[in-house]
Amino acid sequence: MIEGARWRRWVYFYIPLAVFVFVLLFPFYWMMVTTVRPDNELYRPWMAPNYTPFWTLHPTLEHIKFLLGETLFSTWMLNTLLISIAATIISLFCGLLAGYALSRLKFPFAGGLGTGIFITYLVPQTLLFIPLADIIRSFKLGDTPWALILTYPTFLIPFCTWLLMGYFKAIPKELEECARIDGATRWRAMIYIIFPIAVPGILSAGIFAFTLSWNEFIYALVFLSSPAEKTVPVGVTSELIRGDVFFWGPLMAGALLGSIPVAMIYSFFVEYYVAGLTGSVKG
Amino acid sequence: MARVLIRNLNKFYDKDVHAVQDVNLEIRDKEFLVLVGPSGCGKTTTLRMVAGLESITSGQVLIGDTVVNDLPPMDRDIAMVFQNYALYPHMSVHDNMAFGLKMRGMERAEIAKRVQEAADILGIGELLKRKPRQLSGGQRQRVALGRAIVRHPQVFLFDEPLSNLDAKLRVQMRVELKKLHRRLNTTAIYVTHDQVEAMTLGDRVVVMRGGLVQQVGEPLELYNAPVNRFVAGFLGSPAMNFAGVRVSDAGGGLRAQRNGLGIDIPPEVTPRLQRYRDNEVTLGIRPEDLQLANGSDAPGLCFDAVVEVVERLGAETVLDLQVGDQTMVAAVEPTVRAKPGDKLRIAMRPERLHFFDKSSEAAI
Repeated sequence: MIEGARWRRWVYFYIPLAVFVFVLLFPFYWMMVTTVRPDNELYRPWMAPNYTPFWTLHPTLEHIKFLLGETLFSTWMLNTLLISIAATIISLFCGLLAGYALSRLKFPFAGGLGTGIFITYLVPQTLLFIPLADIIRSFKLGDTPWALILTYPTFLIPFCTWLLMGYFKAIPKELEECARIDGATRWRAMIYIIFPIAVPGILSAGIFAFTLSWNEFIYALVFLSSPAEKTVPVGVTSELIRGDVFFWGPLMAGALLGSIPVAMIYSFFVEYYVAGLTGSVKG
Repeated sequence: MARVLIRNLNKFYDKDVHAVQDVNLEIRDKEFLVLVGPSGCGKTTTLRMVAGLESITSGQVLIGDTVVNDLPPMDRDIAMVFQNYALYPHMSVHDNMAFGLKMRGMERAEIAKRVQEAADILGIGELLKRKPRQLSGGQRQRVALGRAIVRHPQVFLFDEPLSNLDAKLRVQMRVELKKLHRRLNTTAIYVTHDQVEAMTLGDRVVVMRGGLVQQVGEPLELYNAPVNRFVAGFLGSPAMNFAGVRVSDAGGGLRAQRNGLGIDIPPEVTPRLQRYRDNEVTLGIRPEDLQLANGSDAPGLCFDAVVEVVERLGAETVLDLQVGDQTMVAAVEPTVRAKPGDKLRIAMRPERLHFFDKSSEAAI
């Protein structure tokens, strides 16, 4: 905490914090206002005398009704949820094993392998989707959820592996050694000792993996084409923007509803993933 | 209860670091053996090879009559206490202690009995429901000990278990460890870099340096008859004084001399020093074997010194002395009134002199 006169706290803490919070939350506020704003207000020119950009006096649910009734939004939500969960589980499982191996087992080229995995994470998706599209086509997976469930791990596994590797390294190796002397095999030491201690790390890796797959755009845009297979980010932008006509109300309603699951997950596990990111293991 | 035998044990790291070199040790049944040495001397590596946490490059480790080289740690029937306690942070004290028994599929009632028994021995009965982070350093150390003793292993391994405790607690736990060992009567191997712990805890002490065993013996044997200059300097606080001296003939006997320091070599040592005549050797004398001369000392074993620093410790007074061109430390009676700049006449106790070869550093 900042010490000294009260004005110092205001200048160095409260005011910067308020600005920061405002900048971060304003887009959400804008999304909310636009969602409930009736069409006649939405398309009112800015010089009109009753122009009120920051609030509305006639809130309406018509955009949400339109989104849920007239579009495939609920299908997109379900698709996104399914794909994100599946991709997260696959990536977390592989990341756990790989992260453990790279941080604990001594084998030839372990260091090089770790770096190699990280480098694959650095290859931009905007380049990778071209060869991946070819692979997806050869396996005849295009336009199915599998196209995404199997391609998301290409960037999620390196990410999870690195995050968990760092976390495992922070766990004193004596804990595991002690468990192994106490009568546990390496597997059991891993399951009973290391994984429970690594829960914050595992949860934060899982949350990030989930968020990354939830928000993913390029692969979803390229690999899926029929409206019923789409995910929220692609579905909303491709079905609610027709040419140069933006259906701002439903668009923002989709963005708002689409961000709710992620926001909920974050708020549930906030303490865990803070601990996971700061990597603290208290003995 | 078992004997541990270490035969020609070697450990190489990456082919060129020879961390442990040809170590041969026999740890007798029920013995408390302490491995001591400066950091990097191979003592911990040796212990970890006995535990099975480190692979053995060559040689054998036997526990009881079984060669355990290829047995995983869990099958060696050992328990280990680590320097950082290594308590499982997500488990209560009770579960920490019960973990090893659960892993071995012991019955619930027997587990409860053993945990209670160990908790009573260590006085941690009220802590069983707490998590490790709610314990003080001393309590954590007790839990770590408890986790080891519930298992009733054949051998206890200790890897610097007291180094993380503060000085007062360390002394207290040292005494408790000693009592505990007497009560449990189990073979124990204890690694430390602290020579006081080594001297006080060990039935026998092994001094190591650079991967090599320097000397094995009972604490006082090592203290009184060190085999080389390293062991002599490592054990004892303040450390032994060393001075390079020249051996020469003096009226029938031998005399050791350097600038400002000249002493007659006691007749019982003379034969061993004959071949060093007209050569340099290292003279060693412990601080407590230097006392103020009181007139009855043999004049050939006295020398003059100037006091540089006086440290009053209460039970004794430590004097830093300038003798010719070198400094020596003397631990004298607390009644001695000396102040910096004083000139004192110091006498050595003849039977407590040590001589070491200048190049090989071996005791003569």
